[in-house]
Amino acid sequence: MLKIRSYALVIFLAGLALGYFALVNFVNPAWFLGATQYRLGLDLQGGSHLVYIADVSVLDSSEVRDSMEGLRDVIERRVNAFGVTEPIVQVQRSGGEERLIVELAGVFNIDDAVRLIGQTPYLDFRTERPESERNAILEAQQKGERLTEDPYFLATALTGRFLQKSALDFDSSTGEPIVLLEFNDEGGKLFAEMTGQNIGKRIAIYLDGQPISVPVVQQEIASGRAQITGQFQPDEAKTLVRRLNSGALPVPIELISQQSVGPTLGREAYDRGLLAGIYGILAVSVFLLLRYRLPGLVAVLSIGFYVVLILTIFKLLPVTLTAAGIAGFLLSVGMAVDANILIFERMREEVRWGRDLESALGEGFRRAWPSIRDSNISTLITASILYWFSTSIVRGFALTLGLGVLSSIFSALVVSRTFLLAAGLRHLKSAPLFYGVAAHKE
Amino acid sequence: MFVIKHRVFFYILTLALLAASFISIFIFGLKPGIDFTGGSILEIEYASQRPDLKALEERFSLLGYADSRFQPTEENGLIIRLHSLSEEEHRIVLRVLAEGGESAEVLVEKRFDSVGPTIGQELRRKAFTAILLVIFLILIFISWAFRKVSRPVSSWKYGVVAILALIHDIIIPAGLFAFLGRFYGAEIDSLFITALLTILGFSVHDTIVVFDRIRENLRKAAGPEDFENIVGKSLDETMGRSLATSFALFLVLSALFWFGASVTRYFALTLLVGVVAGTYSSIFLASPLIVSWQKWRD
Repeated sequence: MLKIRSYALVIFLAGLALGYFALVNFVNPAWFLGATQYRLGLDLQGGSHLVYIADVSVLDSSEVRDSMEGLRDVIERRVNAFGVTEPIVQVQRSGGEERLIVELAGVFNIDDAVRLIGQTPYLDFRTERPESERNAILEAQQKGERLTEDPYFLATALTGRFLQKSALDFDSSTGEPIVLLEFNDEGGKLFAEMTGQNIGKRIAIYLDGQPISVPVVQQEIASGRAQITGQFQPDEAKTLVRRLNSGALPVPIELISQQSVGPTLGREAYDRGLLAGIYGILAVSVFLLLRYRLPGLVAVLSIGFYVVLILTIFKLLPVTLTAAGIAGFLLSVGMAVDANILIFERMREEVRWGRDLESALGEGFRRAWPSIRDSNISTLITASILYWFSTSIVRGFALTLGLGVLSSIFSALVVSRTFLLAAGLRHLKSAPLFYGVAAHKE
Repeated sequence: MFVIKHRVFFYILTLALLAASFISIFIFGLKPGIDFTGGSILEIEYASQRPDLKALEERFSLLGYADSRFQPTEENGLIIRLHSLSEEEHRIVLRVLAEGGESAEVLVEKRFDSVGPTIGQELRRKAFTAILLVIFLILIFISWAFRKVSRPVSSWKYGVVAILALIHDIIIPAGLFAFLGRFYGAEIDSLFITALLTILGFSVHDTIVVFDRIRENLRKAAGPEDFENIVGKSLDETMGRSLATSFALFLVLSALFWFGASVTRYFALTLLVGVVAGTYSSIFLASPLIVSWQKWRD
């Protein structure tokens, strides 16, 4: 008995410790560990969720991953420069498309952010088409076909992806501003190839789909350096150099979806979610106490332990909380209660059939376990599929539900059991008042 | 026992509820939200007075946005739904809504969602797949979990009956949602699909507890006790637990519905209806069906 009681004490103290960690930031941020925060999703703190689609049509399939990573880095640099706390920039492959997800917490007026992201320049080099091809396309375009193709220039693999640096310079003789480009090794090789194969012909340098320079190739350029000359105002040249340096986009992108939640709405969702949580847990606790008396008290303690355990997990991992996530958490509280109910109802039954309370407890746990196991597996199946379902809102729900189910099994089996055993049944074997059951001997 | 004896009555009741739901879905239709159709939704609140809606509608038509729909909320709030907007268009819309005033002063933008059509389609496909997948996996799981109880009813039949109960459990909330969609503008979005999938998970949870008890009683049954009696007895024994659990979930979800955030309100409602339907189907549908099936087989 002492052993069980000491286990119970350990669990109780652990619960208090977890509870402190989980809730201290609500009580007083000045206290020890009070600075730890929960990570809130966009719909609870306000912010924007942007989805871009990347056009990887000109790339080899082997290069796609690198390019997408490069794209991610560039955008992240840009977004960081914007001063957003904890931006999330992720690559996502969906439905055969390459996508970029950008989440900006706390940034609601995304005009500027979107402009910033969208405007990152896309640089690419194109070679001149042979005359026969050019004429063929021009003819077709007269007939209204092949209108999207450029009859004069052909896109190549050389894009801003390979650009290492860009600098401003001035022509020594004319004093006109020039933009210098320096490629990385791979880019240098591509450039050498391109110039080598097109001596005497023109190469077009396109920026964001517009040609900004169309020089004639004099010789093969193996140095990996190029110049863009002609008709730049010093300001224009400076801006271009700056934009190119802050990251030429490896691939062009287009915004296909955005979701923004304002701070007031976010705040409201957060406050109300908290309120709903408190009321829900309270209501359930009252119900348990009324129906099951002493075991009900044990259940309430067990649920309490479960709640602080799961909150601690949320804080530590961390798990991003969303409005749907709060719903998932509440649902899992309901299911945690269910595990306890299964055990207690079983206990009641055993007592009604004539068992003494102590072995009824043992039987209750033993017999209820298959039900608990099987029914929670089905919820886990659902949570896994929901997780795959993949929008961040739904994912938040699936994660909290799944974690909740796992933790609730633990709390019901370990915590409830320990507390109940520790409550000292042997001495109370004829106290139906405490257990809410009437024992008949048949 | 009562339930099993009068199962025909409950079958009729179930069919009536299902019919009502089907009719609701058929007549009112399920309104897909922008998650699935693409489009944009803008929610704003005016600092002082909400302008005349007719005037706004006219101005939007002039812009070429004749497909815009306006829904006033509360005192000075407004929800505008239209096709998906680029950032430029978004700014223009805000300016029009501010009616010439400085938009930052005249109104507060509470939220803005714009979804392109491709994402919508993809989500639709995923939702469909997810539902089918969950149903399928659960079917397999139940058949496996009950593989050792093949007498007198083979284990896969438990699975099928559970699935039928599940289907009932998602049709009822869907029917309600169709009704809400018609009269309150409720829309099918990813949260609704999530609610359905969650209901599937919970309902099975509930049904398994009953089946589990049947399994146990079958094992205990010494002689060839009547299957119908065993099921009836099992139901009586588990009824307390089923109702208690459902009530607990009902409490929790009600708290979410009444006190929770507005974005999860319909979500909570769907789950509530689903939980009730799930409990109903485990007690009044699944178990009687097993009995009927076995009787019919004989």
